Amino acid sequence: MNIVLQNKKKDLDSKAVYKAANNIRRRVMEHTIKNNGGYLSQACSSAEIFATLYLDVLNMAPVDEPLYPGTFPGVPSNNNKNYFTGANYHGIKSEAYDRFYLSPTHYSLVLYTALIEVNRMSQNGLDEFNKDGGVVEMIGAEHSPGMELMTGSLGQGISQASGIAMARKIKKETGRIVVFMSDGECQSGQFWECVQAMSHHKLDNMLIYIDANGYQCDGPIESVMTMDSFDKRLETFGARVYRINGHNVEALSALGKLPPDGRPTFIICDTDVARNISILKERAPKMHYVRFTSEEEKERYKVAFDSFKRTLSEQEE
Amino acid sequence: MEILTKVHAKNLIEWAKDKPNTLVLSADLTSSCEVDGFKNIYPDRFFSMGIAEQNMLSFAGGLAREGFIPMIHTFAVFIYRRAYDQIAMSVAYPNLPVKMYGFLPGIMTPGGATHQAIEDISVMRSLPNMTILECGDATDVESVVEVANNIDGPVYIRMLRGEIPRLFPADEPMKLGEARVISEGTDIVILSSGICTEEAMRATFELRKKGVSIHHMHISTLKPFNSKPIVEAISKSKYGVITMENHSIIGGLGSIVSEVIAEHGIGKKIVRIGIPDSFVHGASKQYLMKYYGLDSIALIKEVENLTNKEFNISESDLSEAFIVAVHSQAKAEAL
Repeated sequence: MNIVLQNKKKDLDSKAVYKAANNIRRRVMEHTIKNNGGYLSQACSSAEIFATLYLDVLNMAPVDEPLYPGTFPGVPSNNNKNYFTGANYHGIKSEAYDRFYLSPTHYSLVLYTALIEVNRMSQNGLDEFNKDGGVVEMIGAEHSPGMELMTGSLGQGISQASGIAMARKIKKETGRIVVFMSDGECQSGQFWECVQAMSHHKLDNMLIYIDANGYQCDGPIESVMTMDSFDKRLETFGARVYRINGHNVEALSALGKLPPDGRPTFIICDTDVARNISILKERAPKMHYVRFTSEEEKERYKVAFDSFKRTLSEQEE
Repeated sequence: MEILTKVHAKNLIEWAKDKPNTLVLSADLTSSCEVDGFKNIYPDRFFSMGIAEQNMLSFAGGLAREGFIPMIHTFAVFIYRRAYDQIAMSVAYPNLPVKMYGFLPGIMTPGGATHQAIEDISVMRSLPNMTILECGDATDVESVVEVANNIDGPVYIRMLRGEIPRLFPADEPMKLGEARVISEGTDIVILSSGICTEEAMRATFELRKKGVSIHHMHISTLKPFNSKPIVEAISKSKYGVITMENHSIIGGLGSIVSEVIAEHGIGKKIVRIGIPDSFVHGASKQYLMKYYGLDSIALIKEVENLTNKEFNISESDLSEAFIVAVHSQAKAEAL
C-alpha cells in the first residue's frame, strides 16, 4: 500500500527522533555491558519506532518532571490501597489523549530508556533495574514505568488493548490506542482471534506497530515458525496494513497520522537486529538476549561501544 | 415444587435496565446461555466475540479497566479450560470486575466430557482475587447477578439455565458468604451446593422422619469461604459431615471443608460426595447423578455408613424428583 502523507498534526523533527533512537541504543548497550546482559538486539531493531512514537506520533499529556521509579506497591487486591500502575509516566489521561501499550515486555528495557530519552523518567531511573523490591523489572509488569497492562504472556496485550479501544469507542473518546508488538508473538492463536475481533468490531482507533526484526527466542523466525506473507494474512483478516522500513522515521511518523478508515491499522516495521551496532551480527542466529561468555568478548563490546559513542558525538558536531 | 423456565433470561433484562455500564460478551452460545433476549433489547451493550474465548477474556479485562462491567456468557468449560492464562493475567491479577457466567456445571449436559465442567471450582479457587459463586435454584439464579455485580473484582459463577426448581423463597435472595440453613440438627452436618441441594433436601426429609438430626446447609459462596458457621455446626455434630457437590471430589466443596476441619483441629469425619476422580460421559442428568452417586439414595447410604444404621428408605419413598426433559422448549438445544 502506498503511504499517504496527509493529515499531519505536527511537523516531524526527524533529526531529533534519530538522535533519540541512537541514544536508546547507547543507553541499552551501556546497561548491557554494565550488567553483563541485556535485550540489546531489541533496542537496535526498535529504537526508531519507540523514538518516533514518543516524540512524534503519540498525543499524550506531558509529565511535570521526569519521574523516579518508586518501590514495588504489592500486587493488586482489595486489601492493597497503595497499588499503582506505570501509567503516570504517560501523563494524565483524557478522552482526547492517545494511550500506549507495550505488548512484548521483553522490550521493557527499551521502553525504560525511551522514557528517559523523552524526559518522562529521570536520567538515573535505570539504577532501579532488576532491583529486589523495585518496579523497573526485567520483564515489566503493569506497575513498571510506562506499563499499564499485564502483557508478559504473549498475545494478551493486543486483546486487552482492544477491550480498551472498544470501551473508548462506547464512551465516544477520540484518543487512539497505540500498541507496540513484536513479530514472533503474532504466531499465537490469541493474536489472530483478536485481529478478527478488531476487524469485526471496526476498531479503527487502534494503531499497531510491529517490530518485524525476524528473530525470536529460539532464533530466526523462519526456523521456528514460518510467517510468510504476514502482511497479506493481516489484510485478509480485514486490517489496513502497511509494511515499511522500521528505521525510517519519516515513514513511521507519516503512518502514525493517518485518518481512520473503519479498519484497525497495522504497521509492519521491517528492522535489523544489529542496526548501528554491527558487532551484534556475530551472535546470529542467537539474538534474543546478550550475555557475554568471556571477559574477552565483553572487552570487544566495550571497544565497539566507545566507537558507537564517538560516531554519535561526531554526528552532533 | 414450583418449576420456572428461563429464569436468568428474564431476570437479566430487568436487572440490567438501569445499569448502562454492564455489558454482555458471548462466544457463539447466546441463546444457549439465555442472553438472546438481552441482545435484542440492548444491542449496544451486547458483543459477539466469536468462538474465540482467549481473546474474549483479555478483551473483557480491557473493557473493565475503562469502567465497564463485562458479563461473560458461555459454557463453563470454555471459560476456565480454554482461557485460563487470560483469566489469570488479564482479569484476576489486575482484580478487574469481569463476571464470568459459566453454564453447564458438572453433569448438567449430555454434551459429554468436552462440555462438562467437573474441575472448575478446583482450578478457579487457586486464583488470587477470584470469587466463586454457585446457584442451586431459581432464587439463587435471580439474585446471583446482583451479588456478583456488588463484588469489587472478578467473579466466576456456576450458573443454571432452562427449567429450574424454586427451593428457596423468592424474597430470600442469595447473600455473599452466607450459607442457607435448611435444617438444624446435631447428628450429622450436610453441606450441599448447586443442584445437589435439591437431592439432599429430598433425602433429609425422609431421614428426619427416621429420627436423624441433620444440620443441612446450602453453600453458594465457595470463595471466599465463610467457615465460621460450618465450624460451629461440625463441632457440635455427633457423626461428622457429608459434603455433596456436582463437581470432582478433588478441589471443590469437599476439599474446602476438609481444609477447614483440619485447620480448626475438629476431630470429625468428613465424607465427600461428588464426581469421583474421573471424567464423565454424555448422558442425562438423572442418569449421571445416579451413576456417579450424586443423588438422594447415595446420600442416604453415606448417612447409614456414618451412623451405622439402616433406614430402609427406597427410591419410591422419596418425594418426586424434578426430572428435566433432555429436549425442552426451555433450552435452545439439547446440549
